[in-house]
Amino acid sequence: MSEHLMVALGNVFDPVNFLFLAVGVAAGIIVGALPGLTATMALALLVPFTFTMEPGMALMVLGGVYVGAIYGGCIAAILINTPGTPSAIATTFDGYPLTKKGKAEHALVTAAFSSGIGGIFGAIVLLLLTPLLAEVALKFGPPEYFWLAVFGLTIIATLSTGSMLKGLMGGAFGVLLSTIGIAPIGGDMRFTFGFHQLQAGVELIVALIGFFCIPEVLLMVERKFNRYGSVTYKPQKGVAKSVILELLRKPVLLLRSSVIGCFVGIVPGAGGNIAALVSYNEAVRFAKNKSKFGTGTIDGVAAAEAANNSEVGGSLVPLLSLGIPGAAPAAVILGALMLQGLRPGPELFSVFGGITYTFLISLIFANVVMFVLGFYGSRHIARLINLSPNLLAPMIVFLTVIGSFAIRNNMLDVSIMVFFGLVGYLTKKMGFHPGPICLGLILGPILENGLVQSMLLGKATGSMFHVFFTRPISMVLIVLSLVSVTLPAIASLRAWNQERKGGVSTA
Amino acid sequence: MRKAFGILAVAVFVLTLAVGCGQQGQESTAPKVDYPTKPITYMIPFNPGGQSDLEARRQQPLLEEFLGQKVIITYKAGGGGAVGWSELVNKKPDGYFISGINIPHIILQPLFREDAGYKTEQIKPVAIFQATPIGLAVSKDSPYDSLEEFIAAGKEKPGSITIGGSGTYSGHHLATLQLEKLSGAKFEYVPFTGAAPQLQAFLGGHVEAIFGNSNDLVQHQDKMKILAIGSQERFTALPDVPTFIELGYDMTASIDRGVGVPPGTDDEIVKILEEAFMRIANNEAVQEQMVAEGFEPRAMNAAESLEYIQAKTVEYTAVMEELRAAGQ
Repeated sequence: MSEHLMVALGNVFDPVNFLFLAVGVAAGIIVGALPGLTATMALALLVPFTFTMEPGMALMVLGGVYVGAIYGGCIAAILINTPGTPSAIATTFDGYPLTKKGKAEHALVTAAFSSGIGGIFGAIVLLLLTPLLAEVALKFGPPEYFWLAVFGLTIIATLSTGSMLKGLMGGAFGVLLSTIGIAPIGGDMRFTFGFHQLQAGVELIVALIGFFCIPEVLLMVERKFNRYGSVTYKPQKGVAKSVILELLRKPVLLLRSSVIGCFVGIVPGAGGNIAALVSYNEAVRFAKNKSKFGTGTIDGVAAAEAANNSEVGGSLVPLLSLGIPGAAPAAVILGALMLQGLRPGPELFSVFGGITYTFLISLIFANVVMFVLGFYGSRHIARLINLSPNLLAPMIVFLTVIGSFAIRNNMLDVSIMVFFGLVGYLTKKMGFHPGPICLGLILGPILENGLVQSMLLGKATGSMFHVFFTRPISMVLIVLSLVSVTLPAIASLRAWNQERKGGVSTA
Repeated sequence: MRKAFGILAVAVFVLTLAVGCGQQGQESTAPKVDYPTKPITYMIPFNPGGQSDLEARRQQPLLEEFLGQKVIITYKAGGGGAVGWSELVNKKPDGYFISGINIPHIILQPLFREDAGYKTEQIKPVAIFQATPIGLAVSKDSPYDSLEEFIAAGKEKPGSITIGGSGTYSGHHLATLQLEKLSGAKFEYVPFTGAAPQLQAFLGGHVEAIFGNSNDLVQHQDKMKILAIGSQERFTALPDVPTFIELGYDMTASIDRGVGVPPGTDDEIVKILEEAFMRIANNEAVQEQMVAEGFEPRAMNAAESLEYIQAKTVEYTAVMEELRAAGQ
């Protein structure tokens, strides 16, 4: 390993390579910041250019773009409440409220710093523990996925701060939306209403743009007409430094979020969006003052961003060791590896060790570059929201249309986006948060596949109980789900009891 | 404001990267029609990063060289390709919109779905350049060492052995059904949403066997026992694996990749495209890469491709009718 590391360090610090890495990160951030342009698409566009590069350099560029794009998603999430990539859903929960308070730079610097920490954590885990953790990925079969999705749905309890009933309704609506299109098992057509484009189902990014972004733009316009104070940003001195000092006092939060992100990343099929949502949920659970979440706290942003960037490293674990991509962007990197003649597996760490370690170490430095860009860029990017709503609103709408079309080159997606936008605006007025809806949409397919596949396995082995309730990881997930559901209930019961006692003593 | 425009400008730049960096090369010796005179859109009806995409990306620079025009790759994923193909058949048949086609997908979807949005015969094939035979594999520590033992077990305890595959009414599913029909055994087919989750479930021991694509089998061959493969003759990359035909089961199973154009496209235009794709298909460097990755290079021209698709359609229609008759 050590001689490979020397070769790798030489490659990474080759000035030309490093320049390519930095450009890759910058390009990734821009792609990530624009809703509808995803890390996956950016990587696919890059692949032909990497044919002619030597493998080390090619992988450095691809790694840089991947890291940059996942971070870039937070910019739109924080400034205009629209996740630039699905990974940034959880970032909107506290990122945008911070912007509303005039603290956009606080949020952006928090995102840059925690993304950097999370990303480096993920890369180090990838570097040191890949063979060990690859086995974890294989332990996840259909029943585990089913219980993972059930556990994921318990996050609704955290997301629906106002009314649990509305949160559950939103979640159910999201799961229902996810069933549109061809059934993954059985191949039946569901809810397509004669539009054969709907065979493909509802694209998550289209729904995200609709539910998060359009209502916000409409509110922006509303505020202008009602002469409420609109969202502004005033540059302050020393924000970046003080935010980072504050974050450094929360090592547990950053570490926990990074571990969660990395672990979720290792499970193939569960991407950065789930990683960040789970991490946000746990940050709320362990916080002393739960009520500050959702109102604009840097803790919420840090939890989401550390997790989704740590997921990058995690998603590459099963890819490099087993050839199974943990997430869509990782699938493109697998393709690039194959075209370079590199085959995932143990060989990658021995015969091709020089190239592989170049890639892994470059991921660490990609995160450093990303942090530097985010650190110095935040105050400039934050000024974007000072634009007059007259300019900002149409520009955002323009981007939403482009974004929702670009994702699948499908005009119907634009109509769906506008429709969801209007639904989102009306339901927001009625107190529904878009979070649970999108959570349902993300977890619905995992839940359905896991359930039906497990039932088929149960049918073959002759025991449903055995398949669902006797596997160790499943048991852990079942316990976690139960805890997740009952703890808030107990807490509120206690609060109610105390209130009653308090009432008695004062009487 | 200026910043915002800056971001937009860079966004446009990123998008135009798609145009690629092919050389403007020699004109092909095109008779009669003046084609191509502008960039050609090459649609992949799957997500970026899949095998169809990688294949197109491999061809892109060569196509640009041979056709003397830019080739722009776009994606229209969904419905296992159906969304893209229903767009293809409604496009102007001027040769500037071509699409990757996959067999058996383009046959099975219209056959099994009420409204797939297109019909198989609407797609005009230009060439087929790659085959991926489907093989049956069990894990290294499985008790079954041969297809014979596997089938015997499937007869003894019908429905107790799970076979993982990708998709319902897909190549893998049909291969399972065909094997059941020819052998009289019964298995439990468990569909996954793609090759990656399918392999993950198999390598993790959650399903006992898989029908897998040859490239995946080649890649993971040291972790599995491959019992039989669906190619006509022995597969170059796996010379020790017997074919189903050798073992007495008259079936072939394969996923073939090619390219097609909308119905009514001028034959002269098809000929020009065909020539370019055939030159790539016969390129030795391209063929060597494919073999190393676990594919079987093919070079079927437009007429051969059409004949092949029609033959497969007849075969699959028979399977479907039997399924309907059996009440499945």
